[in-house]
Amino acid sequence: MPGPDVGTDEPLLSVRNLRVTFQTRGSRAVHAVDDVSFDIHPGQHVGLVGESGSGKSVTSLAIMGLLPRRGATVEGEVSFAGRNLLDLSLRELRAVRGREISMVFQDPMTSLNPVVTVGVQVGEIMQQHYGSTKGEARARAVDLLDKVGIPDPERRVGEYPHQLSGGMRQRVLIAMALACEPRLLIADEPTTALDVTIQAQVLEVLKKLVADTGAALLMITHDLGVVAGLCDNVNVMYSGRIVESANRRALFAEPRHPYTGGLLASIPKLDSPRGSPLTPIPGSPTQVLPWSEGCAFAPRCGNQTEECVSRTPELEPDRGRDLRCFNPLATVDAGAVR
Amino acid sequence: MTVDLPPAGAAQPALVVDSDDASRGGLWREAWRRLIRNPTAILGALIILVFVLVAVFAPLLAPYEPGSTQWSGDVTPTSVPGPSPGHLLGLDRFGSDLYTQLVYGARKSLVYGVVSTAIGLTFGALLGILAGGIGGWVDTVVMRVVDIMLSIPSLLLAVSVAAVLGQNAYSIMIAIGVAQVPIFARLLRGSMLSQGRSDYVLAASALGIRRRRIVMGHMLPNAAGPTIVQATLNLATAIIEVAALSFLGLGESDPAIAEWGRMLVAAQDRFQAAPRLALLPGICIAVTALGFTLFGEALREALDPRTRR
Repeated sequence: MPGPDVGTDEPLLSVRNLRVTFQTRGSRAVHAVDDVSFDIHPGQHVGLVGESGSGKSVTSLAIMGLLPRRGATVEGEVSFAGRNLLDLSLRELRAVRGREISMVFQDPMTSLNPVVTVGVQVGEIMQQHYGSTKGEARARAVDLLDKVGIPDPERRVGEYPHQLSGGMRQRVLIAMALACEPRLLIADEPTTALDVTIQAQVLEVLKKLVADTGAALLMITHDLGVVAGLCDNVNVMYSGRIVESANRRALFAEPRHPYTGGLLASIPKLDSPRGSPLTPIPGSPTQVLPWSEGCAFAPRCGNQTEECVSRTPELEPDRGRDLRCFNPLATVDAGAVR
Repeated sequence: MTVDLPPAGAAQPALVVDSDDASRGGLWREAWRRLIRNPTAILGALIILVFVLVAVFAPLLAPYEPGSTQWSGDVTPTSVPGPSPGHLLGLDRFGSDLYTQLVYGARKSLVYGVVSTAIGLTFGALLGILAGGIGGWVDTVVMRVVDIMLSIPSLLLAVSVAAVLGQNAYSIMIAIGVAQVPIFARLLRGSMLSQGRSDYVLAASALGIRRRRIVMGHMLPNAAGPTIVQATLNLATAIIEVAALSFLGLGESDPAIAEWGRMLVAAQDRFQAAPRLALLPGICIAVTALGFTLFGEALREALDPRTRR
């Protein structure tokens, strides 16, 4: 799947030094997202990868301006088509949300309103952004449900979410997100809550519709397998910062950051002998060093040196990618991490 | 890049079957289905239905005009004539037919209960939607107002309202209605707030849906359940409170216009001689309240997500 031509035109979304701080009274401020920068060009597919708690979902909510105003401080710049989204008023943001930037959420069980029919939920987005009448919105909802591969859409528009399976509901959420053909779609772990077989189907639907509408895609996931089939560029996050940013081919061929290497090594392989144990990354994401003191990944890292726990690594260009590591993996064989 | 879309139904045959069985329909229809299978709900509904029919068809059921005291000559200070062929339940102390008075009393008691609860529900829901739907300082202001209302005893409130509006049926209904406002406001605010934190609200705002639409179209239908249940339960207490306020003499000043609470008052000084004068209206009040309570409880059960399936 060749990615669209990248890098020549202006970025559609440009995130610069994004920092999100959660501060509750009486407790220490937490930087859930720390100095994150990346670009998404029109039509480009970008992955944001990391474990739970790495700050990827908070990044997406910050881009959409959906973080609670009380308790969360968002700094930096999120410019979308030349406008800084962080400066927009609520009214201006509302015109952007759903129409220019849209979002698919993780949990299809709770992201649909249980007492409103799916047709109304899909249709009201058109009513909001295009001023469509109820009838037009319904007709378009049928059309959209058909597009996302829901059989018998005429009947399904009148049904309630609990009458649909998880996969169907996620298709409905995709239909809602793409209703106004946004220029950017943010998908926050859109397949995590689904069975593996359904995951593949839903991903195919997402892929096809994104390709059809020419939307750019920000794919937020912990699953490198999803990224491999979908993204042009990949940003790997750890503890709120990007640790490695590369195009897909380079990242999978030669992971440089030990964390990326660990993520790749933890994917079970078909050709490994039966019964051989999985290769997890040792430790848990709670064992972090604050970035101000060194590398947050150092406590779990096999390549740790004295420098890693005494100095903060910066994101620096390294062999055609950006890397935040003093002691990266050897370049030639990615197998070293196995 | 073209991909053949796998039809979703192929891999999920179960759901096609699923949609044709009892789970068809929304949350409300599902609750209705559970409700009509519940014997408690049926009993409550039957009781309510009987009293409503009696109230509606009072002129057909009652043999005499309400409040007619043509037999007052038969009532002596020591005795009130009991049941006789002409008077099924005997006379009351003013010389009216007790059965007629009870039948017309159903009318008054039900109307007072329903109207006062409707007043409480309307204003309480309005405040609850404001507080829970908008939040922030609006929430703070509204809830402080409600707290102030809660701190005034409802009886005192009723007396004050009666003092301002005069001693009539309206002041009773308004007083009882106003006393119910905080109950509904707090309940609805609480469930609105919890709905406001749900994923579908976040999803709707991520798609640019207007806040007013999210509050009225998404949060309110999900939050309304407990409030509707509370309304049916409040109907029972409202009927009892109407009786209590009439008993205290705050209701209609004309004793001839029947209302169960008023009839209890009238029975006071003849209780020794004719206990049925107090017992019969008392039983009517209790049974009506029971009907609403049973129905309300069953409704609560039907809407409770924990008892589903």
